[in-house]
Amino acid sequence: MNAHQTLPADEAVPAYNYAYLDEQTKRMIRRALLKAVAVPGYQVPFGSREMPLARGWGTGGIQVTAAIIGPADTLKVIDQGADDTTNAVSIRRFFEKTAQARTTEATEAATIIQTRHRIPEAPLTAGQIMVYQVPQPEPLRKLEPREAETRKMHAWAEYGLMQVKLYENIARFGEVTTTYDYPVMINGRYIMAPSPIPKFDNPKMHMSPALQLFGAGREKRIYALPPHTSVRSLDFEDHPFRIQSWKEPCALCAATDSYLDEVVIDDQGSRMFVCSDSHHCETRRAEGHRGTMLGDATANGLVDPSSSTVIPGDRRETRDPFRNPAGQGSGMDPGSPLRSARDDDAKVETGADS
Amino acid sequence: MTTETLIGPGFSDPVFQSQGAFRALLAALAEPGTRHVLPGAIIPPEGLQAATATALLTLADYETPIWLPPTLRDGAAGAWLRFHCGAALVSDPAQAAFAVIDGTAPEPALAAFDAGSDQFPDRSTTLIVQCAALKGGEAVTLTGPGIATTRVIAPSGLRPGFWAEVAANNEAYPLGIDLLLSHADAVLGLPRSTRIVEFA
Repeated sequence: MNAHQTLPADEAVPAYNYAYLDEQTKRMIRRALLKAVAVPGYQVPFGSREMPLARGWGTGGIQVTAAIIGPADTLKVIDQGADDTTNAVSIRRFFEKTAQARTTEATEAATIIQTRHRIPEAPLTAGQIMVYQVPQPEPLRKLEPREAETRKMHAWAEYGLMQVKLYENIARFGEVTTTYDYPVMINGRYIMAPSPIPKFDNPKMHMSPALQLFGAGREKRIYALPPHTSVRSLDFEDHPFRIQSWKEPCALCAATDSYLDEVVIDDQGSRMFVCSDSHHCETRRAEGHRGTMLGDATANGLVDPSSSTVIPGDRRETRDPFRNPAGQGSGMDPGSPLRSARDDDAKVETGADS
Repeated sequence: MTTETLIGPGFSDPVFQSQGAFRALLAALAEPGTRHVLPGAIIPPEGLQAATATALLTLADYETPIWLPPTLRDGAAGAWLRFHCGAALVSDPAQAAFAVIDGTAPEPALAAFDAGSDQFPDRSTTLIVQCAALKGGEAVTLTGPGIATTRVIAPSGLRPGFWAEVAANNEAYPLGIDLLLSHADAVLGLPRSTRIVEFA
């Protein structure tokens, strides 16, 4: 019928449909996406498919991306803000392989950004689409395990239980102790789980010019935020919502306005704080911003001194060892102690996702 | 066999034409009131605008019953949709996942279509309203998700009282139908979340 349905000459290459999913599945996901956009914050059930990776590794986000991606798109994939962690690398390669996708690490060059647990520091622009990987789409699930009940609570906007939970937090600890997946009210109607992004990122969702799509593969739900939609983090008048802050700037690029990961750097208890958004940090270093520990990190080989010449958006600049086997990429050495420390730190905090 | 009964072709390249059309539909509903051209360049059957036919080809299949006005249902358009989408054509508007009406037709009322249920508002009808043009009509001011402040649209060729019906549809939010106004190869989205601030 058409070119991409003819079998490739090489019999060893599987004859996937473009972007892996069959057209019937894409139509079903696309219908769910349109309804999700029409009712912002409402979780639309969808027929989540088996993907060639385990549920909990981003199958929801992958299915959403596969349903929307086309030849005109440029894809960026991040995991905890970093382009070079396992999950991000394997998902990026999945779409390079199945959809011949053009990929980038530059936030501003991407048309689709699939993310696990962060929103990039660079402001999103109109026309961009964020795709979130969501482990637990139901914000009320920990308070009410029965789906039949949470569905009624959403239907009738009975959200008192969530306010009580936040109140009990304040009563016991003096503040709301939720630091990620902080519940938000969408368009004044639905309470929504923003996926396990740090609450630092919640304000970036409010009235964002980008379209935001959420896919939960294991839980079989899709939901969405159109651009310019009100996103209010739940709080109380006398305990207003606050985001995290740090006493020190990023040790590599001296940023004071980005989300920092704490990294243990030896067995003596020393630690450093670095930007979780790897592209943001590299861009700042290329602009000449220098953190207090950049010199040490360069001397120890943790940061390539050539990273000061990174051109944002340059495809050749990558830390993906499969795409850059010579190892002359920028940023951190994939096998460095710094990298593994950062991974451990991040994974323990937020658990598995879908 | 006469030419009237021949079913015309659908997409020549289903994967990429439907992907392109879907992205235009997604943008149309994400930014209500903005005009989006559906690429695809198909020759629609008689009675359907090109954008209407492309949208249905992109989204409809055996899982989604379609409601068409009786004259279209029994004509070339019905045969074309049955063949290319494999969709059932239903006679009760309330059973339809997708529906097409002419902007000037007095029937059926927007309230006749499925508005979803309080626990499953996603099960509502998506209604494609075929207009005479997407501009040049009476000005209507919109606000809501997807619109930074307000947006003014002026589609023409709509029946009297149409905007009052759209406003009533939004009153029931999160229930309600989602509208796509189509003309030639372009659409304009009006999801149920969009509020009509001002109309004549």
